[in-house]
Amino acid sequence: MATVSAKKSTHSATRTSGRPAPELIFGDLWEYDPSPETADPKLKGRYELFIDGKFVAPAAGKYFDSINPATEQKLAEIAQAEASDVDRAYQAAKKAAAGVWGKMPGKDRGKYIYRIARLLQDRAREFAVAETLDGGKPIKESRDFDVPMAAAHFFYHAGWADKLDYVAPGRRVVPLGVVGQVIPWNFPLLMLAWKLAPALAMGNCVVIKPAETTSITALKLAELFQDAGLPPGVVNIVTGFGDTGAAVMAHPIAAKVAFTGSTEVGKIIMKSLAGTDKKMTMELGGKAANIVFADAPIDQAVEGIVNGIFFNQGHVCCAGSRLLVQESVAAEVLAKLKNRIKVLRVGNPIDKNTDIGAINSKEQLTTIQRLVASGVKEGATMFQPACKLPAKGYYFRPTVFSNVTMSHRIAREEIFGPVLSVLTFRTVDEAIEKANNTAYGLSAGVWTDKGSRILKMSTELKAGVIWANTFNKFDPTSPFGGYKESGFGREGGRQGLFDYGKLS
Amino acid sequence: MSDQAAHRRFVKEIGSVDAVGIEERVAKYATRSIKNASKIFGLRLAVTMVDLTTLEGKDTPGKVASLCVKALQPHDDPTVPCVAAVCVYPSMVKYARRALGDKSPVRIASVATAFPSGQAPLKTRLAEVTAAVGDGADEVDMVINRGAFLAGEFQRVQDEIVAVRDACGRATLKVILEVSELETYDQIRAASFLAMRVLRPGDFIKTSTGKTSVNATLGNNQVMIEAIRDFYLETGIAIAMKPAGGIRTAKQALQFLIAVKETLGDDWLNNTRYRFGASSLLNDLLRQIEKQRTGAYQAPYYFSEAAESY
Repeated sequence: MATVSAKKSTHSATRTSGRPAPELIFGDLWEYDPSPETADPKLKGRYELFIDGKFVAPAAGKYFDSINPATEQKLAEIAQAEASDVDRAYQAAKKAAAGVWGKMPGKDRGKYIYRIARLLQDRAREFAVAETLDGGKPIKESRDFDVPMAAAHFFYHAGWADKLDYVAPGRRVVPLGVVGQVIPWNFPLLMLAWKLAPALAMGNCVVIKPAETTSITALKLAELFQDAGLPPGVVNIVTGFGDTGAAVMAHPIAAKVAFTGSTEVGKIIMKSLAGTDKKMTMELGGKAANIVFADAPIDQAVEGIVNGIFFNQGHVCCAGSRLLVQESVAAEVLAKLKNRIKVLRVGNPIDKNTDIGAINSKEQLTTIQRLVASGVKEGATMFQPACKLPAKGYYFRPTVFSNVTMSHRIAREEIFGPVLSVLTFRTVDEAIEKANNTAYGLSAGVWTDKGSRILKMSTELKAGVIWANTFNKFDPTSPFGGYKESGFGREGGRQGLFDYGKLS
Repeated sequence: MSDQAAHRRFVKEIGSVDAVGIEERVAKYATRSIKNASKIFGLRLAVTMVDLTTLEGKDTPGKVASLCVKALQPHDDPTVPCVAAVCVYPSMVKYARRALGDKSPVRIASVATAFPSGQAPLKTRLAEVTAAVGDGADEVDMVINRGAFLAGEFQRVQDEIVAVRDACGRATLKVILEVSELETYDQIRAASFLAMRVLRPGDFIKTSTGKTSVNATLGNNQVMIEAIRDFYLETGIAIAMKPAGGIRTAKQALQFLIAVKETLGDDWLNNTRYRFGASSLLNDLLRQIEKQRTGAYQAPYYFSEAAESY
């Protein structure tokens, strides 16, 4: 065996003879000019509550500001609902459920939902820009992921509306009535679609509360409901803070509540609802293990690690925030990961070339900073690329911690930011043990060329979604949800739909 | 050790490529938005990287001479730089040298080694290389022995590359892998390493002959530049890259350059490290440069044709 491998050893020999290690230069020889998305988001100065098909002022006449986290500038005023507003919304929903929507044949309900999906597609750019301005996510993500995926959820569930006889074959499935929903700020429009589409397809009416930092696209969608001629009261949107959310969850009319958000708040809601007969689904936090075996295609695994943790600034409940990498390739993976992160573009989210946008709020930025400081203090090794950040706005550099151990806070707590903790393992069993050693169980990723190992891992990992040789892939047909403290109930697919109905 | 055992060990050593993952990666290059000054920079850079090519049975000394003039001055706008090289068949090298003279900034590349199939005895292939270099070729574009590669005879493939390299003398060598005949990304990565391990710094690996149905794509370009990157970081030896065939528009060329910028970095953004094997690409680059300058598209007949499509 001569040069096929022998030549390589002579090359390695030259390197060890004292020359500095070769490096790649990711400099400014060819900079990309700013390329802002210019579609008009058509924002109003003030957004009212959407109750009974109309935009109405809140009873107390109070409003709060929604700001653009990329610039810290005010975008619009949002109505602050109190308990009486929430009650008004529930009364409207109850009336619509009993009078129109619950009785309407499924194929007619489907028509409305299809119409919503198409209207959203028609105005996709406008919604994408609004989503980016309001939430700070890169325009390429809101344009290529959030908005199309939201439309896809409406399309998928519209198709179910006249096929409910097949949800539980042999049994009849009926709607629950009125459901209360509270959604988070990380995917404002998409989470709205995840919640509304199955509820509506099944024949329920809804009272939903968006997160206080990201209410705008929900209220823009309410404009589409009007355009679509959706009967009044079928969807009611109340905006506000935690107390509004608590009122939505606790209202006696709600037959079911669905919550997506932090495990901490999920626990509070469950305590407050203990003893009621409300159905519940909870989609809570995560601390997903992304597991890279030595035989994995390393460059694609690195790409998957980047997608797993830096997608949407890491504001993703199923983010691959714990990288478990087999010791024999750990150095290689880490080196490649660093080179990849050097070319990520952090900055103004409205720029089409931005890979990592703004952190959603000042509060979240503070949380991330606090947890990152704890990682440094506990002795993990931190890497951040030397990218420039805009002077104003909430930004955080993509961050990788190596030499992390299982007892570090950054390996246990959900950071919900662009921060990756890298741990190593030696054997398959150790990988499973470490991956499952968490209170969470929402998602996991496995990278290997060995098919049988993928099957083994998918049965051993205690997580609701397991991706093999990819990460952060979503589809309306695929049920999504957690194990353990990541929640219960599913969203998407037949299973998610069934969580909005009952057997009669 | 048998050839096939060596083959297996080699593929394991350099690692595998996931096809779905690599295509997802390169799809992101196509979403980059290149505007204004950065677009002009990219377009002009691409012009300097073109190996302006004519590889036809019907090539004549006159056609090659006209190609050379176009290569030296692609557009009436004198600020547009000349291309990197002309690329011709061995029998045309002497005419190209005559047209360009001895001190030309445009280099002469000659395909050789029984291009495009490579199906000739090694002795004949080497003689072709020697003749092309003797006639004045600065660069030699060889094809690898795909038959031997697919049969698992890696050593033979590599030995032949060494023989051609030695026959090149001072001429730069470009090793055409003919990726569409290797079919899988794993094989493309293996062939890249096989070649790089016996190349000299500044020699090239090249995707295709342009004579098969699939030529350069962002996917196979990515596999090859990642191989170049890995080899460079491991050995310090910088190998250059040439995608060829199928790159006809300025937009495509910019996407390939984005891939280079984000994978190999600034050191590869020049024509000693990156080339485009193309002919119709050049006029589209010029057309886009004019569009940036004047704000309007000009009709194709404003740009002189020097070669047929490739």
